[in-house]
Amino acid sequence: MSLVTIVDYGAGNLHSAAKAFERMANGLGGITIEVTANPDRVRAADRIMLPGVGAFADCKAGLDAVSGMVEALEERVVRGGVPFLGVCVGMQLMASEGREKVVTPGLGWIPGAVEKIAPSDPALKIPHMGWNTISITRPHPLLSGIPDGPDGLHAYFVHSYHLVTESADTLLATTDYGGQVTACVGRDNMFGTQFHPEKSQALGLQLIENFLRWTP
Amino acid sequence: MTLKTRLIPCLDVMGGRVVKGVQFVDLRDAGDPVEAAIAYDAAGADELTFLDITASHEGRDTIFDVVARTAEHCFMPVTVGGGVRTIEDIRKLLLAGADKVAINSAAVNDPDFISRAADKFGNQCIVVSVDAKQRLDQRVGGDNRSEWEIFTHGGRKPSGLDAVEFAVAMVERGAGELLVTSMDRDGTKSGFDLKLTRAIADAVEVPVIASGGVGTLQDLVDGVKEGHASAVLAASIFHFGTFTIPQAKAYLRDHGVAVRMDAPAAA
Repeated sequence: MSLVTIVDYGAGNLHSAAKAFERMANGLGGITIEVTANPDRVRAADRIMLPGVGAFADCKAGLDAVSGMVEALEERVVRGGVPFLGVCVGMQLMASEGREKVVTPGLGWIPGAVEKIAPSDPALKIPHMGWNTISITRPHPLLSGIPDGPDGLHAYFVHSYHLVTESADTLLATTDYGGQVTACVGRDNMFGTQFHPEKSQALGLQLIENFLRWTP
Repeated sequence: MTLKTRLIPCLDVMGGRVVKGVQFVDLRDAGDPVEAAIAYDAAGADELTFLDITASHEGRDTIFDVVARTAEHCFMPVTVGGGVRTIEDIRKLLLAGADKVAINSAAVNDPDFISRAADKFGNQCIVVSVDAKQRLDQRVGGDNRSEWEIFTHGGRKPSGLDAVEFAVAMVERGAGELLVTSMDRDGTKSGFDLKLTRAIADAVEVPVIASGGVGTLQDLVDGVKEGHASAVLAASIFHFGTFTIPQAKAYLRDHGVAVRMDAPAAA
């Protein structure tokens, strides 16, 4: 039985994320989904998902407030090579730093900064909220089977900030909202989506299934 | 690639049951909001809104069960409105699986509640319901007031607040989205109050959902093109089977409104 932990640090719609993971896990079999605030359970996990909604600094403070959690993530994800999926602010936390209201250090796994999106068309609303298609810039196992481009499937976004990567190598997919907006980042065993796979119907469920099958 | 206009069916729920009948052919129980939600999900709705109109306090707990069961089957954003008055109400709804909460009376009575809620849960999940009616006295302009006043209690109680000023203040406090309902048009099938929708949409940076009065598919198009809404919400035209979600989306697309036409997730 393999264990997938969803990290509970007080930020995020954990129930709906867990339900989407459970649905895809049931189809594959042999997988347990566990929502936990216990670093020891994260250490025991075969895969780790980090959610997050709200402001970058609040999420980082929330994660830091769970004693031993950042250490457990560093140990298993950075040094242990366990497959990791960050979603929304959970993805943004992978950056070197966040620049939302104040400058806050991130986990530093993906060199780059989280900056406010700046659509070229002033009529475009902020947050970027709703369904948009993505453009895959670097093929990745987690994006396999997902049609992209203007006629591709849609992902559900809700955000005002995005992760601007220092290197083009870690930018895996983008969307367009009055300019290029980061949709997916990753390197090695780490992957992050700005959109919400657990809310993105067909596209999201495919990505979650890909994550549950992924052997980086 | 463009952000698509969202089409949002709304389900009125009382004591855990759908109030208006939903005419889907294959439903085992048309009064079960979860069955209706699943049907809307399969039909390609972009989001779903539950409006809990349960009058009694005791009956309110049923909405948590409705939301939790919906989250097991529908992988799209779900908003819950009606009777959201405390931080604890919001926490319970989010834990049950809601993504956003819509707040009306509590925002009018205690604007600081919106600040606290947005700080606690993030702007993205705080929707403020702007329920507005045309003023009876039309002396507009001299005192910078708009033509509309905020009402609470399902449109029965005037607040004295100017609708556009209220909307701007709520966004400053952290509302991530506004659900703008014309209480004059609600249930009339005569179309959105486009002037109201546009006045608010143009005054705020956040997305506006147009609501109240949809009778035809052209009303949906007008809400976007004339009302400048980012999303359109309707209840009756879908409940009573006048139109389906795919029909509405095809009409929007054919009239120049970008919509999401993905095939639904395999059940």
